[in-house]
Amino acid sequence: MTVVPRSARSVGWHVLCVAGVLVVLYPLVWLAFASVKPPDEILSRLSLLPTRFVFDGYSKGWEGAADVGFGRFFLNSVLVAGLSVLANVLSCSLAAFAFARLKFRFRGALFAFMITTLMLPYHVTLIPQYVIFQQAGLVNTFVPLILPKLLATEAFFVFLIVQFMRGIPRELDEAATIDGCSVYRTFWHVVLPLSKPALVTTSIFTFIWTWNDFFTQMVYLNDTEKFTVPLGLRLFVDTSSESNFGAMFAMSALALVPIVLFFLAFQRLLVEGVSTSGLKG
Amino acid sequence: MTTVRTPDPPVATEAAARVRRRDRPAGHRRRSQPEAFAFLTPWLLGAVALTVGPMVVSLYLSFTDYDLFTSPKWVGFGNFAHMFTDDDRYLQSVKVTLIYVLVSVPLKLTVSLLVAMLLNTRRGTGGFYRAAFYAPSLLGASVAAALVWRALFMGGGPVNEVLAFFGWHTPSWVDDPRFSLASIVLLGVWQFGAPMVIFLAGLKQIPAELHEAAAIDGAGAFRRFRHITLPMLSPVIFFNLVMEAIHAFQAFTPAFVIGGGRGGPADADLFYTLYLYEVGFQDFRMGYASAMAWVLLAVIAIVTAIVFRTAKLWVFYDDAGEGR
Repeated sequence: MTVVPRSARSVGWHVLCVAGVLVVLYPLVWLAFASVKPPDEILSRLSLLPTRFVFDGYSKGWEGAADVGFGRFFLNSVLVAGLSVLANVLSCSLAAFAFARLKFRFRGALFAFMITTLMLPYHVTLIPQYVIFQQAGLVNTFVPLILPKLLATEAFFVFLIVQFMRGIPRELDEAATIDGCSVYRTFWHVVLPLSKPALVTTSIFTFIWTWNDFFTQMVYLNDTEKFTVPLGLRLFVDTSSESNFGAMFAMSALALVPIVLFFLAFQRLLVEGVSTSGLKG
Repeated sequence: MTTVRTPDPPVATEAAARVRRRDRPAGHRRRSQPEAFAFLTPWLLGAVALTVGPMVVSLYLSFTDYDLFTSPKWVGFGNFAHMFTDDDRYLQSVKVTLIYVLVSVPLKLTVSLLVAMLLNTRRGTGGFYRAAFYAPSLLGASVAAALVWRALFMGGGPVNEVLAFFGWHTPSWVDDPRFSLASIVLLGVWQFGAPMVIFLAGLKQIPAELHEAAAIDGAGAFRRFRHITLPMLSPVIFFNLVMEAIHAFQAFTPAFVIGGGRGGPADADLFYTLYLYEVGFQDFRMGYASAMAWVLLAVIAIVTAIVFRTAKLWVFYDDAGEGR
């Protein structure tokens, strides 16, 4: 074996990693620059940098479609994602507390059932769910997007919070019980505050997944007025004419901004969440 | 003196059982039960009204013709028979999805393992790189990322140009039936960050002494990988394989966007879920769509069962025999 000096190996390692990062992040950098290029340069010039910076795409894209501005789509997305976060945190932590701390009949069976639903493709419940919401006159509202979260159907998060709560020393709840706390107060004042890391992870992932969700939103929302960001972007799917490229990439870039900000703010927590719970990113 | 222990008379065991039942576990159970169900109410409602109930209904619908507006008409196994004998687009969607799963999952796991091993060779400094490699996992599932991907692989786009520079002249990937699916596979592989992070956590659990001892015994890097890293990591590989496969079967957004909303050139991007969406929500053949959903569930269940069955052969649990 040849001996390679430590510093040289270290440099080599960094070179390899940086090269990998460049390849992986290239599409995002490309998007950032494409959004400020003149439309005819986007595909015709290989250089990342535009010959001149043009912000027409942003102003044109922001006008949206069918008299509904893109700002409206953003507002709708923020509303849906925000309410989803609240609904998920509340309902999943309630269920998780029962599974992690309380004894009740069929606990084992119900827990096993919950884990099984993790693997269930949502298509097997999709059509009857649609029929229910359609009969109730709730299609084309945000209810079908949020109500399932209020009923803790996202087993991933129940499981995540259960795992976390199991790690909280039981002595703390026992002390609270001895001091006269009811189960409800033990949950609210002892276990829930201590579960904050798991709740934050749940919130961030719920926000990002709801923000990205396309399928459910496309199924349930028809009016342009109700469109969310992915549905607004969908309007560009059919267009392959270069004249629309400016607006398309400007809005795509804007659509990714919230996720990038969340990522930058919470990246350590997100990565830890994935490695400890196996959450899908 | 030894006496043969006679079994307790039935009456005694009954009484003993009654006493035991009144002991603390039972008493405790009785105390917390009402509160437990108070906490469980939202979840139980969801499980009944949005999971189990709809599953039963969709199983029923899969044996009917149903268009959402007139009541379902029983057709027996008609939908299933039609799928496999009479519906070329269905068979095409099965083919496309199977190719996607069989190619993208192993590729994604290989890339994620290699990058995880690269990051794991050094301690401490990998945080930035780990985060950067992970980012596409969060962004990649969006419509925006798929739109970018479509442009990158279009005729005259960066991928064409770079390949042409190396002497390989390709058509517009997204418009060519032979290349279109490949671009979607690559979009899937790009999101290797999540399994990579899980691999990295697994690699950190492997005791360094194992590698040191093997190195002293003269094992090279490849043999250490083959005989230490792989077996020690096999539970994590197993987990990632199951999760990624389940996920890949349900891919939708990239196929919808890159295929232009209609399955791409010559239906080359007609993913299973895309066809299901078309059948259910554009043609309103909801019985047929339900039948498709149940076949999907069956396939995912079978694949998962196979992976679990073969796990005994290749998944190595370090703590086998102890505890648990």
